[in-house]
Amino acid sequence: MNTKPVILHDPTSEATPTTRPRRPPPDSLDGKTVALFDIGKARAGEFLDHLEARLRARGVSTARFAKPTNAKPATTRLLGDIATGADAVVEALAD
Amino acid sequence: MSSVTPTATPTPHFVAVVKDDCETCQLIGPVLGEIAAAGHRLTVYWQDDGTFLDPALVVVDDRELVHSFRLGVETVPTLIRCDSENGPETRPSRRTDQPRAAGWIRSEWRALTGLPGLGDGLPRYRPGCGSLSVEPGVAEALQVRHGHTGIRARDIRLDPGADLVEACFDRGWTDGLPVVPPTPERVLRMLAGTRRNPGEIVGDVPPNLAPCTVEKVAINAVLAGCRPEYMPVVLTALEAALDPGFTLHGVTCSTCFSSPVVIVNGPIAKRIGMNAGLNALGQGNRANATIGRALNLVVRNVGGGRPGEIDRATLGSPGKVGFCFAEDETDGDWEPLSVSRGISAGRSAVTVFAGDGIQGVTDQKARTPGELTRSLAMALIAVGHPKLCEWAPAVLVLSPEHHAIYREAGWGRRRITGALHRALLRHGSDLVSGAGGVAEGMPLSRKDEKIPKFHPEALLVVRAGGPAGLFSAILAGWPGGRLLEESHPVTLEIDE
Repeated sequence: MNTKPVILHDPTSEATPTTRPRRPPPDSLDGKTVALFDIGKARAGEFLDHLEARLRARGVSTARFAKPTNAKPATTRLLGDIATGADAVVEALAD
Repeated sequence: MSSVTPTATPTPHFVAVVKDDCETCQLIGPVLGEIAAAGHRLTVYWQDDGTFLDPALVVVDDRELVHSFRLGVETVPTLIRCDSENGPETRPSRRTDQPRAAGWIRSEWRALTGLPGLGDGLPRYRPGCGSLSVEPGVAEALQVRHGHTGIRARDIRLDPGADLVEACFDRGWTDGLPVVPPTPERVLRMLAGTRRNPGEIVGDVPPNLAPCTVEKVAINAVLAGCRPEYMPVVLTALEAALDPGFTLHGVTCSTCFSSPVVIVNGPIAKRIGMNAGLNALGQGNRANATIGRALNLVVRNVGGGRPGEIDRATLGSPGKVGFCFAEDETDGDWEPLSVSRGISAGRSAVTVFAGDGIQGVTDQKARTPGELTRSLAMALIAVGHPKLCEWAPAVLVLSPEHHAIYREAGWGRRRITGALHRALLRHGSDLVSGAGGVAEGMPLSRKDEKIPKFHPEALLVVRAGGPAGLFSAILAGWPGGRLLEESHPVTLEIDE
């Protein structure tokens, strides 16, 4: 009886993802900036305009970000700009 | 004064590798006796049956083919001169650098042995036969058992007797169908299907943007069930899908139905046995079935595009397992898709299109190009939604009988495509949101326009299918391609 192990080769990238704890959500939006992120889906701007008006009415600062098309992922630079320029983000995902 | 010990000239040690099932080996049997009789040291390795050899010879059973492999023998008979006292056995690694003669070329055997009368009376030349050590399947097994495979991918070691197919399922490597377990032998065989370096990076595969080597492509091609000769197509299809213009990330992660549809043109399609005829879009042909599957398995396993995870398809489509076919180029009047997209005639190429499943179009009554064009246009209107224009691209797969209606009227690809675009100009008032009691539709601002169903480059026409049947097929495309710069088909020549 054959006792040698059988070998298969790994078809995956063999990458191991690193997991980081999610930043806890702010207790309050007082004094915070909320990023409003338009990923390019239809009518996202309409939705975010409405949300922005509501947030500003409550005295919350907002910052608008957008990528030109929903078909392609956001660039690392854009994600970095959002991460450093705001305390929370609302992403308008779908139409 | 120092003394120098003269170095003794090494005694040549000859090694011959033969097999019984080879007429040339049988022919040179007496020659081996002549070499031994001349005082040369000679060891004869036999691969299948040594009873045909002179019993006076020093013979070694090499049915395991280990010696043949280590000597790098590709042809029998092969005569090798080893300038080593102990012969070739002290050298465990595979080598082919010793002087040797393969087959029977009398002058070469005489030069190698220094015996001018060797083989007198025999023909001057007889070709040899293939060594059993290089037979398909055997060569890779010997490489794995006795050599270094060079495969860099991680080894997964399983207990002997383990169910390998289930092991692949357990590790999440499959698309839901069983896969071919990627053993080292199979991976080596697959890599032999390309001249490219196994370590070469083909590109970064989304969504994880993981670097993908030729070797990883080969492993996934094994899983998919490809034959080695499909590798150039699989590699080119992947390169095309990784072109930024194709937007593979979006195609993979979208809620829509699409995945890469691979359309193959040129001589390679026939050479690897692809189907462009009967049931071209269906099952039953290994190349059609596995090439597209290999591409999708690369996206799954290397890129991490798994359904229900980052692949967010609402419904998906059967084509997401794999969708690949060849264009029928048997009609010399038809301009192949690849040529229409800039590839030289006679060259092999791959076009990737982000497509859904198949919508059949039946028209058995049209007899003129005009009738057929209007009819096909009616069906094409349904792509995406009948009230959405400039939304999703499409491929029209024109069957030979439908194409014949055009061909007999002298219409070629460009005229057909142009006529379809004209027939697909729609009145905005019929399309705007709310028209016909349907909320879906174009913006009200376009109600007075004539709106083309497709952008100019967004309708591809391909000829394929069996000889009988007034049926064509529409492959609707990914709406992410509603703007050409967002996603568009990509055509690349195959480096064969």
